[in-house]
Amino acid sequence: MSISQDDVEKVALLARLSIAPSDLPEVTERFGRVLQLVNELNTIDTEGVAPMSNPHDMVQRLRPDVVTGASDREALMASAPAQDRGYFLVPKVID
Amino acid sequence: MTWETIMGLEVHLQLATQSKIFSGSSTQFGAAPNVQADAVDLGMPGMLPVLNEEAVRFAVKFGLGIGARIGQRSIFDRKNYFYPDLPKGYQISQFFSPIVCEGVFEVPMEDGALLPIRITRAHLEEDAGKSVHDIFSQESGIDLNRAGTPLLEIVTEPDFRSAEQAVAYLKALHSLVTYLGISDGNMAEGSMRCDINISLRRAGSDALGTRTEIKNVNSFRFVERAIHSEVERQADILNSGGTITQETRLYDAERDETRSMRSKEVANDYRYFPEPDLLPIEIDEAYIDAVRASLPELPAAKRARFVNEYELSDYDAALLVPDHATAAFFEEVVRLGGAAKPAANWILGDLSGALNRADLTIEASPVSAEALAGLVARIEDGTLSSKLAKQVFDGLWQAEGTTDEIIAQRGLKQVSDAGELEQMVDDVITANPDQVTQYLAADETKRKKLSGFFVGQIMKASQGQANPKLLNELLIKKLNDQS
Repeated sequence: MSISQDDVEKVALLARLSIAPSDLPEVTERFGRVLQLVNELNTIDTEGVAPMSNPHDMVQRLRPDVVTGASDREALMASAPAQDRGYFLVPKVID
Repeated sequence: MTWETIMGLEVHLQLATQSKIFSGSSTQFGAAPNVQADAVDLGMPGMLPVLNEEAVRFAVKFGLGIGARIGQRSIFDRKNYFYPDLPKGYQISQFFSPIVCEGVFEVPMEDGALLPIRITRAHLEEDAGKSVHDIFSQESGIDLNRAGTPLLEIVTEPDFRSAEQAVAYLKALHSLVTYLGISDGNMAEGSMRCDINISLRRAGSDALGTRTEIKNVNSFRFVERAIHSEVERQADILNSGGTITQETRLYDAERDETRSMRSKEVANDYRYFPEPDLLPIEIDEAYIDAVRASLPELPAAKRARFVNEYELSDYDAALLVPDHATAAFFEEVVRLGGAAKPAANWILGDLSGALNRADLTIEASPVSAEALAGLVARIEDGTLSSKLAKQVFDGLWQAEGTTDEIIAQRGLKQVSDAGELEQMVDDVITANPDQVTQYLAADETKRKKLSGFFVGQIMKASQGQANPKLLNELLIKKLNDQS
């Protein structure tokens, strides 16, 4: 399965990855090789095999609905690039 | 051109758990920003989600409440998109195997008919945080207190044809989830938010038109207005030969119009894949049976019981039942001796009117169920006319005492004593000889009208306390005796 440069640019945008235009041909080529590898899996007959959502043969353990205590806002926000009055600050986003 | 409106609804319901769906942070509304967001909610590296058992139980309760099939093995998926109030860059949701599968929800309409709405699915997911745009001039503020609050997203088939049906569904859904105790249903605080998918098609056609989605409408009234305004917009475009663009729109209540959300124009490509940090949830029959056994009486059953047990009309039952507290209040009044039909009338009439004016819920009613039962009893035994009862109700509202105390204090007892009434009638006849002559000269139909004068005089003299039925009988008899 081959992939176009347009597809690569779209995926990069969705993943918020910046790819220099000069790198695009090479990235596209390598991306295509990875997909070829994945594509080999499609040759396996999976008729009647239930999709596996997790490699562990276990079911989810649940936790009781209990509040485990207040969080330390100062510590948690310490690594934020910008904050004010308890809010994280980000570039203006308005719908 | 006549257009038929086709709509499907998606409701995001906040579940009333104490802690978040994947972390131990509190879900309480109204805290200072970011004090209820821990390392899991913030998407810190290495943090792992652990599923809240109550969120699972609530979802199953809902499924059983609408008679839906429960997914025996349900799986979480990642929904990937980039937005500042979604710290991980993906929302943990359920795409391929939801916890609640297909069901049918019967919505009571105003005319008493039931409108069956097919539920496609309901799945568990986490809420995002909140972006705040009006505090900072150059930036947006992000508050992640809401991030990770458990949501049940309830999706219908495109079964709605009018705004009225959509609102009726939302009201019935609100009633169901509050009965189940799985959500506080507080729309103003965002506990129930609605996305509306709308398309139009030529009346009589089977093909579906291009749809738009109106996001995040959070009141019944706005749902109705948003639908009207979007239907009108689409009809205008189609009537002038244009085409509808499939897009997400926002309803602007101030301008009463929907507008395009430009930021979401770029690729609605969520790239769902199974969430590797969570294992499948397995729900067995024993668990389902246990949850089923814990279900309370639900609105549909209660409406039927009110009609059978209390001989209420479908209409009264449909008005009493949706709010759990109102239904409970009614049953308490009846249990304390109030007759059912007048009790229902008082609750739906004077009491709910007074509560509305005072902006109080029925739980905070100054008139208790016991007080109302006392009032109803005095109407039933003839002590109070409906007019006097309103005055007593007023006294009850102002905490002047019990019904009997207020009757005594305000001297409101209805006069039903034949001797007393006779005296009143005699007095008015003696005092108004001209009117009596006029009455006697009139024919049958006119007499009826003229007798009103005497009734009015007596009511005035007795300050409204004469028993109107007995008074009328006596008066007519005495007047006719004059000839």
